[in-house]
Amino acid sequence: MAQLKVVLQFPPNLIEQPITYQLIKKHDLMVNILGARITPKEQGRLVVEISGKKKNLDAALRFLKEIGVGVEPLARDVTWHEDRCIECTACTSICPTGALSVSRPEMRVTFNHGKCIACELCVPVCPYKAMEIVSK
Amino acid sequence: MAKTIEEINEKIRRGKAVVFNAEEVIKVVKSKGLKKAATEVDVVTTGTFAPMCSSGAYFNVGHTNPRIKLGGGFVTLNGVPVYTGYAAVDILLGATAMQVEDPLNRIYPGKFLYGGAHVIEDLVSGRDVKLVARAYGTDCYPRKQLETWIRLEDMNEAVLLNLRNAYQNYNVGVNLSDHVIHTYMGVLQPRMRNATYCSAGQLSPLLNDPFYRTLGMGTRIFLGGGIGYVLGGGTQHNPSVPRTERGLPRMGAGTLSVRGELKQMNPRWLRGASMTGYGVSLAVGIGVPIPVLDEEIMHYTAVTDADIVAQVVDYSEAYPNCVPGSLGEVSYAELKSGSIKIQGKNVPTASLSSYARAREIADILKRWIVEGSFFLTQPVEPIPSVEAGLRCKALNERPVVNGPGPSR
Repeated sequence: MAQLKVVLQFPPNLIEQPITYQLIKKHDLMVNILGARITPKEQGRLVVEISGKKKNLDAALRFLKEIGVGVEPLARDVTWHEDRCIECTACTSICPTGALSVSRPEMRVTFNHGKCIACELCVPVCPYKAMEIVSK
Repeated sequence: MAKTIEEINEKIRRGKAVVFNAEEVIKVVKSKGLKKAATEVDVVTTGTFAPMCSSGAYFNVGHTNPRIKLGGGFVTLNGVPVYTGYAAVDILLGATAMQVEDPLNRIYPGKFLYGGAHVIEDLVSGRDVKLVARAYGTDCYPRKQLETWIRLEDMNEAVLLNLRNAYQNYNVGVNLSDHVIHTYMGVLQPRMRNATYCSAGQLSPLLNDPFYRTLGMGTRIFLGGGIGYVLGGGTQHNPSVPRTERGLPRMGAGTLSVRGELKQMNPRWLRGASMTGYGVSLAVGIGVPIPVLDEEIMHYTAVTDADIVAQVVDYSEAYPNCVPGSLGEVSYAELKSGSIKIQGKNVPTASLSSYARAREIADILKRWIVEGSFFLTQPVEPIPSVEAGLRCKALNERPVVNGPGPSR
């Protein structure tokens, strides 16, 4: 059993194709969609957790590459600018995975990269622009 | 035994002053008892670091050659308009002012990326800011255009002047509607999926001196990383709200107006804040030293988060339409636990005020006092307390109709 958390970048010509369906049906993978933003004439962006047999996973990644879907690791996408963060905790109640969290009772804010699914909910919530998502 | 501010200052001078921050002092009072603690402790330092919209700064930028009269003209700093209704080269910048070309909320929710507060942050960071001016020209001030880079050190005077800071307590914001709303209490999720609050609670200046016994005009404070002074009660200072048995207001009450020289401040403690869909604000760091003059003040400074309560207010309907009342009362101990119970529902909480930074401010102020570089001042005029009977009024709108003008 292998598991992968990745950002799939869809070029405009692939937006209308049911690629997630193929990952499930053809490659026998479990696909958990963590975030999605698909705008016509722009790149679609899907944050997914894919799991299944290692062999199937590798085949799926080859398939995605062949048809032109960009596959990027999630971690590179999100930056916590610690110098800009004032540790107010505004982001922490909105973060669905606890990647942004508070230590109590000290009330210090930390960011755990591994837990982040790049859902972007924290971005508009932070008044100090401390969370940055670099879309590639 | 009662102490005086002079006695405490003498101890500071001799390096003998006993100082605790408002969090540490809780344990001190608990272990020593009120009486003993009041004789031993000299100063309790408080702190708060949060967006405070009613902030701003004024500058004297120096005269040009030939001279220009900015007064009555149009002036921007990094594209943000300033108020020019003063003499030739005095200008006033408000924290919430926006760049002329900003789309504001026309593209909702607006991002409010750069405003007056960011200009203040840039100046305090030592960065160059672009000053652009248009003036009407006079015989003694003939020049009509000006475009120049300017930085803080170039200014004659640069003064932070805040009308309302350090709110004594505040609302807890929630959203009862079925859509996301963007407020000065942050982004509020529909159907009460989150709650936000904004106070340093047990570290907050005015919650440690709930009846304003020790501060007033002339009180020296930590302001924006440097030294500042209290000018008096701030705008909307409203001491007569309902209070707990301990004398703590159950909702927003007292406020402070403060000033300080920007040139000795630090951008760590003055930060531009972009509240999505709402506007720009300035996060201001303030620390007030409370002299422990007697047992009563010692008692007040031993306040804990469990003692302080705030009202939960719906920002989708009740707040915008001034509907009085509260969805419930919660303590800061509950708020800081990460979840509160409102009408049977568990709601995750988050703060807009940084408790971690508030503690840091209280510790810096404590260090200054212990090192003997910061002395306490005797206020020259108190801040109106409960007995003054002040009430913060709403605007009484009177219809304007065509006719002979306002009645006298």
